[in-house]
Amino acid sequence: MLEYLAKRLLGIIPVIFAISVVVFAFVHLLPGDPARLVAGLDASQEDVAAVRQSLGLEGPLWQQYLRFAGNAVQGDFGISLKTRRPVLTEIGERLMPTVWLTVFAMLWATVFGLLIGVLSAVKRGRWQDYGGMIVAVSGISFPSFWLGLLLIDLFSVRLGWLPTGGYGTWAHFVMPSFTLGLGVAAVMARFTRSAFVEIAREDYVRTARAKGVPEAFVIWKHTLRNALVPVITMTGLQFGFLLGGSIVVETVFSWPGLGRLLVDSVSYRDYPVIQAEILLFSLEFIFINLAVDVLYAFANPEIRYK
Amino acid sequence: MTAAIPASAPSPAQGPAQGPAQGPAPGAAAGHVRTPLGEFWRRFRRQKVALIAGAFLFALLMVAVFAPWVAPYDPATPDYMAILQGSSAAHWAGTDAYGRDVFSRILFGARISLAVGFLSVSLGGLAGVSLGVVSGYYGGWIDSLIMRVCDVLLAFPGILLAIGVIAILGPGIDNVIYAVAVFSVPIFARLARGSTLSLKRAVYVDAARAIGVKDRVIMMRHLLPGALPNVIVYFSMRIGTSILTAASLSFIGLGAQPPSPEWGAMLADGRSYIGVADNVTLFPGIAIFVTVLAFNLLGDGLRDALDPKLRMA
Repeated sequence: MLEYLAKRLLGIIPVIFAISVVVFAFVHLLPGDPARLVAGLDASQEDVAAVRQSLGLEGPLWQQYLRFAGNAVQGDFGISLKTRRPVLTEIGERLMPTVWLTVFAMLWATVFGLLIGVLSAVKRGRWQDYGGMIVAVSGISFPSFWLGLLLIDLFSVRLGWLPTGGYGTWAHFVMPSFTLGLGVAAVMARFTRSAFVEIAREDYVRTARAKGVPEAFVIWKHTLRNALVPVITMTGLQFGFLLGGSIVVETVFSWPGLGRLLVDSVSYRDYPVIQAEILLFSLEFIFINLAVDVLYAFANPEIRYK
Repeated sequence: MTAAIPASAPSPAQGPAQGPAQGPAPGAAAGHVRTPLGEFWRRFRRQKVALIAGAFLFALLMVAVFAPWVAPYDPATPDYMAILQGSSAAHWAGTDAYGRDVFSRILFGARISLAVGFLSVSLGGLAGVSLGVVSGYYGGWIDSLIMRVCDVLLAFPGILLAIGVIAILGPGIDNVIYAVAVFSVPIFARLARGSTLSLKRAVYVDAARAIGVKDRVIMMRHLLPGALPNVIVYFSMRIGTSILTAASLSFIGLGAQPPSPEWGAMLADGRSYIGVADNVTLFPGIAIFVTVLAFNLLGDGLRDALDPKLRMA
């Protein structure tokens, strides 16, 4: 197990290097001179030079990269062009709201996704199944930003029960986490159902039934436990996608998180913040994927020894 | 993997049917040759939901193409005497803050959404399938390199990749097409690689190589068609996802810009009038939802018809 873990950890080093190069190259991929772009068309020669220096765009490329990577390792991503504050401070303030939002969304989505998926599989071909799958395919197709607006309309404007947006009390969490989790709940329901149906066809399940094991026991002990293995993998992967979905949901609910910061930075051309955010998101995805693989290897020895 | 033959292959079932004079002669069996296309159609016909979805999408396509003739109003002309009206006989979906007819704007918006969906997935599909066939056919380091890159791309949620591309190219609906195309590439690459790997050991491919057929021709004529059934299924599903992503980008202000009747941009416009004029957000939302749902249902139906083994039930 340890050997497998070490191998995987070593394996992500080139990936991180590749991503750091892409993030570094980002500023150079922009059409035109980035320093001129940031300083503005009517900026003086000195202003442009000052911006060039603050963006770390002096000297040969390899020197620029080394400086960028060296600073990044120490958590220094430069100064935000918009707020003139260190990028790390900006991101630090926005991190926890996004983390909590995704955690709550994941919690309810997993619980309901599993329930609907198992119910659909157990009642295969009956109305519960069709109902569950209609909800699931609708959930996948539902635009999260529209759902958010509908919820705001109903619960904030009409009923006045919940705040329209912002961050603070538990009431602020209800609508954003529901909105964010719906798509994941739908994917989980579909996936759980097919995993469950597949396992239910196995010989050992038929044997259990044939020897008179009570139905509830067959479902919980023999089917669900085995069906959960692929579902766990799926859950981990969905976590990454929740972080992506949070970009839209945070915009709808004026949530002070990383997603909205990214959107604002792109609109404002705040390149140091964009670079830091892309790097941060990428690292998150890599480590989530790694965690999923390790969990999976833990559950399934076949993979460990390959 | 079913033995796949290009869906475009002429169906012999239609060929010999030269007239009604077939009769119960022994030759009648020839009229019942089961071509893959015929078999596919026979199974697809039974998918009522997918058929309805397909019919709806065809109708939507027609409406989009003929929008200037179908739409009751011009989508851009303001009418300050009739702002933020609810549904009425004159304005089926009401009017927005500039008095523009929401229904007409949705019809014109269908052009944008469908175009973005088709173009981005075609672009991504073309690039992905080419990479996948090359990757599977040559193997070795080319294969490892392409698949590594695909793994990294696949690990990202589509919207983040798209925002990265937008950050470089700048906001705008044209750039959204490229941005959304990028995240379709790895999926199509994997699909095409999978079918290429299973087909390249087939006897007819060996035979082609033995008689000196060029690699390029083998890939185009003998390996590519094998990937097509799966590619068609994913094509439909990805269009749904792409339309949704493009609308999301427009909603957060990085895609189509305000005067455009793009559905996501219309929702962003209507945000300020929630509780005052719900029709401005309600109808574009329904348009996005129903269109994406139809593409997903069509994709489900195509998948079940092409390969019953994949069926979830």
